[in-house]
Amino acid sequence: MADTMVETTRPIVSVRDLAVEFRQHTGIVRALEAVSLDLHPGRVLGVVGESGCGKSVTARAMLRILDRNGSITAGRVTLDPGTAAEQDLTALEPEGAQIRSVRGGRIGLIFQEPMAALSMQYTVGNQLMEAIRVHRDPGKAKARERAISLLNEVGIPRPETRIDAYPFQLSGGLRQRVGIALALAAEPDVLIADEPTTALDVTTQAQILALLRRLQRDKQIALMLITHDMGVIAQMADDVAVMYLGRIVEFAPVRELFKHPQHPYTRALLRSVPNLDATPRQRLATIGGAVPQPGSRPVGCPFHPRCPEAIPGRCDTMVPAPVPPGAAGASCFLVEDAAA
Amino acid sequence: MSGSLTDDSLASAGQLRLTWLRFKRHKLAFVSLFIVILFYLVAIFADFLAINDPHAVDARRGYLPPQAVHFFDSDGFNPHVSGMKGQRDMKTFKQVYVPDPNKKLSVTLFARGYEYELFGLISTDRHLIGLAKPELLDGIYLLGTDALGRDLFSRVMVATRISLSIGLASVSLSLVLGILLGGISGLYGGLVDLFIQRVIEIIRSIPTIPLWMGLAAALPNTWSVIQVYFAITLIISLIGWTELARVVRGRFLALREEDFVIAAELVGASQFRIMLRHMLPSFTSHVIAAVSLALPAMIISETSLSFLGLGLRPPAISWGILLQDAQNVQVLAGAPWLLLAAVPVIVVILAFNFLGDGLRDAADPYG
Amino acid sequence: MNVLEVSGLSKHFPIVAGILRREIGRVRAADDVNFVIEKGKTLALVGESGCGKTTVARCILRALRPTAGAIRFAPDDERMIDLAPLSRSALRPLRRHIQLIFQDPYASLNPRMMVGDIIAEPLVVTGVPGPEREARVRELLDLVGLPAVARLRFPHAFSGGQRQRIGIARALALNPRLIVADEPVSALDVSVQAQIINLLLDLQDRLGLSMLFVAHDLGVVRHVSDRVAVMYVGRIVEVAPTTELYATPLHPYTRALLAAVPKADPEARDAITAPRGEVADPANPPPGCAFNPRCPFVIDRCRQDRPELVEVAPGHLSACFRATELMA
Repeated sequence: MADTMVETTRPIVSVRDLAVEFRQHTGIVRALEAVSLDLHPGRVLGVVGESGCGKSVTARAMLRILDRNGSITAGRVTLDPGTAAEQDLTALEPEGAQIRSVRGGRIGLIFQEPMAALSMQYTVGNQLMEAIRVHRDPGKAKARERAISLLNEVGIPRPETRIDAYPFQLSGGLRQRVGIALALAAEPDVLIADEPTTALDVTTQAQILALLRRLQRDKQIALMLITHDMGVIAQMADDVAVMYLGRIVEFAPVRELFKHPQHPYTRALLRSVPNLDATPRQRLATIGGAVPQPGSRPVGCPFHPRCPEAIPGRCDTMVPAPVPPGAAGASCFLVEDAAA
Repeated sequence: MSGSLTDDSLASAGQLRLTWLRFKRHKLAFVSLFIVILFYLVAIFADFLAINDPHAVDARRGYLPPQAVHFFDSDGFNPHVSGMKGQRDMKTFKQVYVPDPNKKLSVTLFARGYEYELFGLISTDRHLIGLAKPELLDGIYLLGTDALGRDLFSRVMVATRISLSIGLASVSLSLVLGILLGGISGLYGGLVDLFIQRVIEIIRSIPTIPLWMGLAAALPNTWSVIQVYFAITLIISLIGWTELARVVRGRFLALREEDFVIAAELVGASQFRIMLRHMLPSFTSHVIAAVSLALPAMIISETSLSFLGLGLRPPAISWGILLQDAQNVQVLAGAPWLLLAAVPVIVVILAFNFLGDGLRDAADPYG
Repeated sequence: MNVLEVSGLSKHFPIVAGILRREIGRVRAADDVNFVIEKGKTLALVGESGCGKTTVARCILRALRPTAGAIRFAPDDERMIDLAPLSRSALRPLRRHIQLIFQDPYASLNPRMMVGDIIAEPLVVTGVPGPEREARVRELLDLVGLPAVARLRFPHAFSGGQRQRIGIARALALNPRLIVADEPVSALDVSVQAQIINLLLDLQDRLGLSMLFVAHDLGVVRHVSDRVAVMYVGRIVEVAPTTELYATPLHPYTRALLAAVPKADPEARDAITAPRGEVADPANPPPGCAFNPRCPFVIDRCRQDRPELVEVAPGHLSACFRATELMA
């Protein structure tokens, strides 16, 4: 994997200036602001952040599966940008046939809780075959063959018998494997995995991460991996977008990000990760305070109340420019000043 | 850390206030709340709102159609109703009363009428409206009269009291039974739970109408109105408690596993304290919601029992008894206004249902 | 001196079927568990879901009655009381000495009580008079780093980390000897997680607390614990001083757990490896060593005999036939 961005590959999905709002009884909550990112074939984009940072909302907005009270207020999500087949997903009907052929067709989705994607009333095989036949129907017998080979591909032992099992008969790890098989059923070019291993045990997590890595490499899939775990990012991502309160605060290739984090939030986040080489009773570095509740968004840079390096009069009044799409950078006045 | 601590009003708002805020957003339920309150006010001030003695019988003014109140006449503002003129129908040779436009009867506020006791304590004869100078057969019949010449409006007012209070009494009784048995069931579990649950299932599996009929038939004819009233309350609540017991049991079972209940147990709090301090407050809102959904069922029960002649019996007045008069198609053809007694039933039942839904949603936003 | 000595602790849950509720099997959620916690020290109990760590914690809190074994606890420096056979009423005066910090900071606080009342509840129960209570609540809030006004607020006004602080203040109200922390940070954001871990460490230093820290991975454990016990399918497979466990793990499962933690270092990419297969079913564990179907070091003996937990190096216990080979 090249460490720096490969300028020559054309992104398969490109998100520009995406903004999302939710109507709540307390008022309108801005969940996403000026989010821009690209997914490239064969590359893994890690999206990392704490609760409420908007990482899941980004994925849901891209696939047009926001909750009813949420709406995209600005921006574009382009599939195959710069080609003849280019289409803007934000312009499609959220329940229409076009977006449905993209969702689960061109773009596969893996959920945190595989139960969300699987129905308890149908066997694994039923659901896999349905997914296969919806997008490209090869006939029933062929679909079953393909379902078995998919299960085999995601490392499920004895797929010929497991295909007739119901999801509740499987363990959490196997269920997530089925979830991945389901996402792969229509041979997507893009996979969005939203905290795919958060609900799993460590050893199972390691297995699933290895599986995702292998599949992504073999099929040259563009993978968008959403997680709160810096460890998972370090192991999996090629490029990393760090999010905080609905904004991408830093974007960089993974090695660059871990070696030279630019944004004070990224730096603090990296320092507060528990360390396997720590001495016993060693204190962890902390970030003061907590992520503000949605709706009580600070004025200025969203991170400034917790930022040890905040510039009074500047960070608390003005919002730093967003990270330019496609290039490494941080949305921070300090970084802007250093560059100038 | 200060971020969320500054929002004072909401931060120090108790669960009750939050429930109230959520409830207020439920427009239909909020309106229903006022309707329900209005009905209970009517129940409390029934005699004051009534115009004529609801028991006063006079066959001569039987089946009077509803009368309109006119507010103005040629002299300006002068609320009045037309007097009645007796005449003989030349086809049927029946004595009928027709409005006499030449006879104006002035209406005043706080007029004197029949004697009653406000709140059962204060003896008075003041009513909200009445005739300024009442004469023998004159009166205001806003909703007309029934066969025996009793004023329907006044009867509806008084019936509201009986029907609503019987609902309330039945619900209270069911609530006591429900909380007690549901609580025991949920708290102790095991065989006790098994037994109570089976009893509930058996009671719920018996068709209610035959059960009521059997029980009501057992009431001696010689019982007074009050005795029958309480007997009916008992019969209705005997069936009604099962639903409440289930709600209470379910909440108990859920709460027993809650972390904060375990936390109280771990500091050595007594069972009694845990129940009183942690469990009861956590399901009062659910119980209130369940009650507001059970109330209309109780009211309907009374109405249908009385309608079928199995519940209260005249001279008691309840919605069911009023509707009993409207059972006959022939009567209805001649005096369709008797059906107006069904309007308050429909309105209050709908209001209670909306209210209950709103309360339930507000109490448990996740359920 | 030991605050807690657990020996031979087992908790079996019967699997029943039919109307007669006949026992058709047993889930050995905890089987012959032995460990001690020294005064002022922390033992971490680590394992994946279904390993029995929560069962053990609940037995020590006596929210569960153990099937067998002894839980000897020292409520003060003189006495050593076996909690395992005690009745509900006999337990009540002892409860105040062992307190729990919950995993879920949302469910563990009564949403209908003000924070001040939540923290004061243990004091009320033990009959501390009103004015003294008020002062103690302020002191406790200060101790966990919350402003005094917090006592007049309801839990919903606080973030997850703040709620966890409130839970800690409640647990400390009665000056317990032993704190059982049941995955206290796994529901929190990374940045908040660090705050809570540091708070626990500071409190332990200041108050001389002993702690049982239950965790599902080896990530944060390194920072908080003096000794680590690793559980797999109801049994402890390895116990060692923290540094030693991380440096020379002497059980293949511990090794697997360590290797499975995704390291926050993109240079060490392929270091992440996973054991094959799945965690064994505690209702139907494989014969011999429960880890044998997943173990890269498995030998025939592992499939027949169950290895006992024995001291392999000073203070380092492992339940593996090949532990000494792993040392090399």
